[in-house]
Amino acid sequence: MQSNSNRDLAVGVFVLLGLGLIAYLSLQVGGLSLREPGGLVLFATFDDIGGLSPRSSVRVGGVKVGRVESIDLDEDLRARVRLNLARDLELSVDTAAAIRTSGLLGDQFVALEPGAEDELLVTGEDFAFTESAINLDKLIGSVVHGEGLGGGD
Amino acid sequence: MTRGLANLGAATLRQIEELGRMIRFGARIVMAASRPPFRWRAFMAAVYDSGVLSVALICAAGLTVGFVLGLQLYNTLVRFGAEDSLGTAVGLSLIRELGPVLTGLLVTGRAGSAITAEIGAMRTGQQLDGLRMMAIDPIHFVVMPRAMAIFFVLPLLSALFVSLGIFGAYLIGVELLGLDGGTFLASLEAAVEFDTDVLQSLVKSVVFGVLLALIATWRGYSCEPHSAGVSRATTSTVVTASIAILLADYLLTALWSL
Repeated sequence: MQSNSNRDLAVGVFVLLGLGLIAYLSLQVGGLSLREPGGLVLFATFDDIGGLSPRSSVRVGGVKVGRVESIDLDEDLRARVRLNLARDLELSVDTAAAIRTSGLLGDQFVALEPGAEDELLVTGEDFAFTESAINLDKLIGSVVHGEGLGGGD
Repeated sequence: MTRGLANLGAATLRQIEELGRMIRFGARIVMAASRPPFRWRAFMAAVYDSGVLSVALICAAGLTVGFVLGLQLYNTLVRFGAEDSLGTAVGLSLIRELGPVLTGLLVTGRAGSAITAEIGAMRTGQQLDGLRMMAIDPIHFVVMPRAMAIFFVLPLLSALFVSLGIFGAYLIGVELLGLDGGTFLASLEAAVEFDTDVLQSLVKSVVFGVLLALIATWRGYSCEPHSAGVSRATTSTVVTASIAILLADYLLTALWSL
């Protein structure tokens, strides 16, 4: 009992360490954001989203700036993708959204290519320019059947 | 024939009765915890015994499991040219399954058995009766702080195990096998989600903590009051709690993926 204060110190360090590691696993590894949603919400409509799924990342020049929130079909049966981006992101109205793959077989993500206009996109707007996912089957099919790489659309 | 059936029935009823007594005991612990004063001194001592003294074991176990996962998964993934997703494979298996389960089993062996033996020895030495003579509820004074400590400590130790496991796999993958460190961490962070993976890990470790705290204290509290009874109770804690943890793990995983 003489080392009560030492014991309490050890318990304190232990608890702090444990809580810190839980916080690290949740925030850094788990990607939990303490900031409430309320970032920049934009929509992009694609003919073919390939393997894109909710929580896929959104990147500008390879840097992650947000994630895919949900994917629905619109009235024309095209895929309407809802993107939640960092609030302070400034994207011009002619920014293009494309679905890309990291590596040959890696995860699919939405790549944004900034445009040149001065006017900025605001929450709730749609991207004017989109580019669908490259469908590997279609690509191989078009080569095999000699239709050339531009075939498909 | 009839006697065999009767024996089976009696044995089943005894098991159910035992389960019922254990659950009522659990309810008494919860009631004791909500009744002031909360025994902070005893709680701190129990957190020290069950938690701080387990840190070395959990670190060593987490690190070695991380090493093994790093080597084994690398050898599998490299055949498909997918060694860049080592971080994903290691992180998901540690966070979802191995972290909470192995921590639960290790703490069962290290701290759960000790608590059963301690409470059992108190019962054998009639110290619990002595407390009752002084109008002190032994559940409030002896059982509750230890049960609360196990429940509190398990998620913390599980997080420690997972973090060291990831660190161990990082050492093997990046320092020994020459993967890119950034790729390892990026594939880990991209694949692990809070609401499916980290939350599942936390829920599991909390459930395992409840199970272990209940089983360890009940086995000690209800042991036969002689030395053989204490030893039987200790063995029973390790066996029952291990099975309960593995079963609960399966159930939680199945429910989560519904």
